[in-house]
Parts: sequence; structure tokens; C-alpha cells
Amino acid sequence: MKKFVEMATIVENTAIIPEVWKMVFKAPKTAREAKAGQFVNVHRDGGQTFLRRPFGIVDADVDAGTVTIIYRLVGIGTEEMKDLRPGDVLNVEGPLGDGIFTTTPGKVLLAGGGVGLAPLIFLAKQLDHPIVLVAGKTAAETFWTEFFEPYAEEIYVTTDDGSKGIKGFAVDALPTIFSQHAIDRVSVCGPTMMMKTIAEASAKAGIDCEVSMEKRMACGIGVCLGCTFESKRDGKRYKVCTDGPVFSAKEVF
Amino acid sequence: MISERIAVEFAGISMKTPVMGASGTFGFGIEYSDFLDLDAVGAIISKGITPLPRPGNPGVRVAETPAGMLNCIGLENPGVDAFKRDILPKVHAACTTPLIVNVSAGSVEEYGQIAADLDVDGVAGLEVNISCPNVKEGGIVFGTQPEAAAAVTRSVKDNTKKPVIVKLSPNVTDITTMAKAVEAAGADAISLINTLTGMAIDITTRRPILGNITGGLSGPAIKPIALRMVWQASKAVSIPILGLGGIVTWQDAVEFMLAGASTVAVGAHNFVDPRAVETVAEGLDQYCKDQGIAHISDIVGQLEA
Repeated sequence: MKKFVEMATIVENTAIIPEVWKMVFKAPKTAREAKAGQFVNVHRDGGQTFLRRPFGIVDADVDAGTVTIIYRLVGIGTEEMKDLRPGDVLNVEGPLGDGIFTTTPGKVLLAGGGVGLAPLIFLAKQLDHPIVLVAGKTAAETFWTEFFEPYAEEIYVTTDDGSKGIKGFAVDALPTIFSQHAIDRVSVCGPTMMMKTIAEASAKAGIDCEVSMEKRMACGIGVCLGCTFESKRDGKRYKVCTDGPVFSAKEVF
Repeated sequence: MISERIAVEFAGISMKTPVMGASGTFGFGIEYSDFLDLDAVGAIISKGITPLPRPGNPGVRVAETPAGMLNCIGLENPGVDAFKRDILPKVHAACTTPLIVNVSAGSVEEYGQIAADLDVDGVAGLEVNISCPNVKEGGIVFGTQPEAAAAVTRSVKDNTKKPVIVKLSPNVTDITTMAKAVEAAGADAISLINTLTGMAIDITTRRPILGNITGGLSGPAIKPIALRMVWQASKAVSIPILGLGGIVTWQDAVEFMLAGASTVAVGAHNFVDPRAVETVAEGLDQYCKDQGIAHISDIVGQLEA
């Protein structure tokens, strides 16, 4: 698919919780082309940052011509983004990534932690009533459930401190989920350790698992080689930006 | 549309514009074909190619810094054989733009060998990287010692009929010594500057941000240094200069040309604006038109100082 740059107009930019923001921008071409698992690489022209910043696509509304992203305030780039107001312009490159989520029929478990849950929302919309696992440090970090409610058959929650749902890490919920649902496939996005443990538990249960990788990148289009890794399957090097971001777990762990 | 006003011949290579895509920031050109007209690019300078495939450095490889970025990719590339077999035909299927191959090697002999390996159709010229700050063997020694730089240049020249451009490191005390050494050794042109060695630290973990601890700094932050070095080098040698380092706009390109660069390359900014090589060229063309400059080469070295 052809990549392009679109000058997007901000429609909405609001805090979900103080550290996590939701942005909706008008980018009709991107909205039309976007597939679950892809990302946009955005830049606030004239701002303080030099490089673009990559964000997984949370939703693409073809009729409204809008794209949604959810971002955590982690540095100067995202701090600058939160100051954008409706009507302001964002330079959007995308939709990027040839490695996308599988959307073939089946009972799918979507497992994620933190902003890793963002691209899973777009996937949930395209699946038939997936099972969802939301993992957070505390109850405050589990607001993600509201985004999955319209699409999910059932939502499980884990928190590190036990303030909501099952006390423990995401992987600790898998025995329960696997015993209650006949899962055909797991799609996971979150911290590396979470993806690794879920990939291993899924493999043990004989269930296919795909992971959406996040790595620092400069270009997003396969040029800078900032985001490459060596495949566990064939020893070759793959680019998270263009070969991914979604890979079979066997490729990564 | 780009006019004859900005068409140039650089080190014997005919180019439609004096604006190239810099090594390591422009892939093999084809990665940018969705965004710009590859035939409107002066020349594609390939990612650094080495005799054997290299996986590059482990850990974090890129980091944003004020007005620029650090990288420590470590010359990840498929090696010269795979480049010739898999990549070269693809580039020529996509465009007629000259392809300059950037090469690195671990010894004087290996530099000669890779030059010989690339003395083939479809390669317009070689850019000899004697200045990569991110690899242990070779690189930086050849880039900081005039005798070693000269030896590499001779070895490459002895093994190719192609034009040879030697890319100089800014991590030296006196850029003119290096420029003169490679000119005397037969270089057809020089390109400068490569990245400046730098680092960044995560104060929470008290660890370096980059996996390789240090990396190469590029982007607008280094432009004043690059300009100064191009200007110094242009007064020291008579071979033509490809100027690069922090170019974002056509005005930046004009500055480099006034300082003495015959051609320029856009580097890290390609990551931000994938059309940059084309827009800088369009800007130069318009500038000539607006200023009544017959040909872009008329401004080269015209700094009044």
C-alpha cells in the first residue's frame, strides 16, 4: 500500500486520565486506508521536536474521515501534542506497517497493558465479540475497558496491586480465560515482559499468538534501521516499522 | 518542474539537481518512491555497504536530541554480494537516478576489494565512509589519521574506474589536513560532514540512552559546524565538495553552496519530511529564477568574507 503524508486538522484532544490523552484528527485518506495494527508517524510542524512520533491507530472512521490515537505523556513530543486544540494542524504520515493484525474468523483474545491497548481497540471493532484482557498497574490504569465494551464478549482485568480485577500480571489471568473460553488466537500488545509471558503461556496451551512490537524509530518507513531485531525463527533481521509492527510471537520470543 | 539551471556534473556524475539523499537516511532511494519523484533526485547515496552482512548494534539505536538526533545503527546492511544481487536491480527498475554506493571496510585491503566488487554497471560512484563513529574496527581510525585516510583513498582508487568521493569525519582537530590528504591520494571529491560523536543519558536509570553508549549526532544542531568545515575545506582543496549536515530547507542548501559546496545532501531531515530532497531542489530552482542566477553553480564558493 502506498504511504503518504496528510495535513490533519485536530477535531478533539482531551485527557482520559491526566497522563493519557485521546486525539481525533481529520485525515480522510488515512482513515480510508488504515488497517488494524498499523500506525501513524506524526509531527507538530514548527514545534520543539525534530523527529516524528509513532502511534498505533485506535480507530478510523471512514464516513467522518477521522483517525483516533491515544497517547501517554512521556516527554517533550507528547507534552507538545497535548497543547494542540481543535482546528490546529498535525502532520500525519501513514498508515504505516505492512505487518498487521489477523482478522480472520475465530474466538480471539486481545491482551494488552498501558498504551499497548490502543491498537487493540481498532482490532476489537473488526472481530466477532473478542475476549479482552486489560492489564494495569492500578485501577486508574484500567479505564481502557470502556473502549472495548461495545465490541467485547467479556472483559477481564488484572492490576498489579489488586485494586481492580485479578491481582497480578496479565499472564496470571490466562488459566481462567483459557478454561472459560475456547480461544483460537491471541493478539497482544504491551510491555515486552508481558508479551513474552503471554506468548509463552499461549504456546504452552497450543494457541497461536501474535504480538505488536514497539521500538524506537526515526523514520517509520524502513530507512533508518533504528527498530530492527533478529528473528528467533529464521535469524534474519526484520524492521518493526515496515515488516511489522505485528509479528507472530514465534518470530520475536 | 526542475530546470537545467540546477543540473550539475559532480565528480564526473551527471545529476538533474545538486541535491542528494545522504547515506543512511535515504535507504536505497526506493523506500521514498511513494513520497517523491525519484527521477527528480540528484543522486541516491546508499546506506553504508560492507564486505559482509552486518547486524548492527544491539539496544536502543536512535534518540531525539535538541534540534537533531543521535544514532548508533552500526552499519546494519546485507553485505556487498546481496546488495549487488537483490538491491541494485530494484533501484534501476525504479528510476534512472545515479546511485552512489557508500562503502565501509575494516582494512585498507578490504576497502580496495569492495571497490573492485562494486566496479560494475549501475554504480555511478563510490562514497568512501572513513568516518562512521559507531563501529569499532576501521572507521574512525581511517577518518582521523591523514596517512590512513590517504591509504584507504589510494586503495579504492586503484580498484575502481568509478568516481571516488571520500566522506570526512568532523571528529578531527583540523578538517583541512584530512581534506588535503585525501585529495593528494587521488579522491575525485569529498563529502562532509559525517555525524559528530555525542551521547545522551537517562537520569532516572543513570544509564546511557543509546545501546552503544555514544552515537552520531545529526540534524539542524550540527549545521553551523558543517558549514564552517565546508568553508575551511573549500579553501584548502580544489576538488569539488558535497556539503551536508543539518540541511532542512533550500536556504540551508544555498548557505552550503556559498560556503563552497558544489552539491548538497539532505540527511536526517528525510526522516521528518520524506519529500525533502525534492523540495530543497525545487527551492534552489526557484531561487535561481527569482535572483536572476543563470546557473546554480554560479553561487558556489561566492561567500564574501
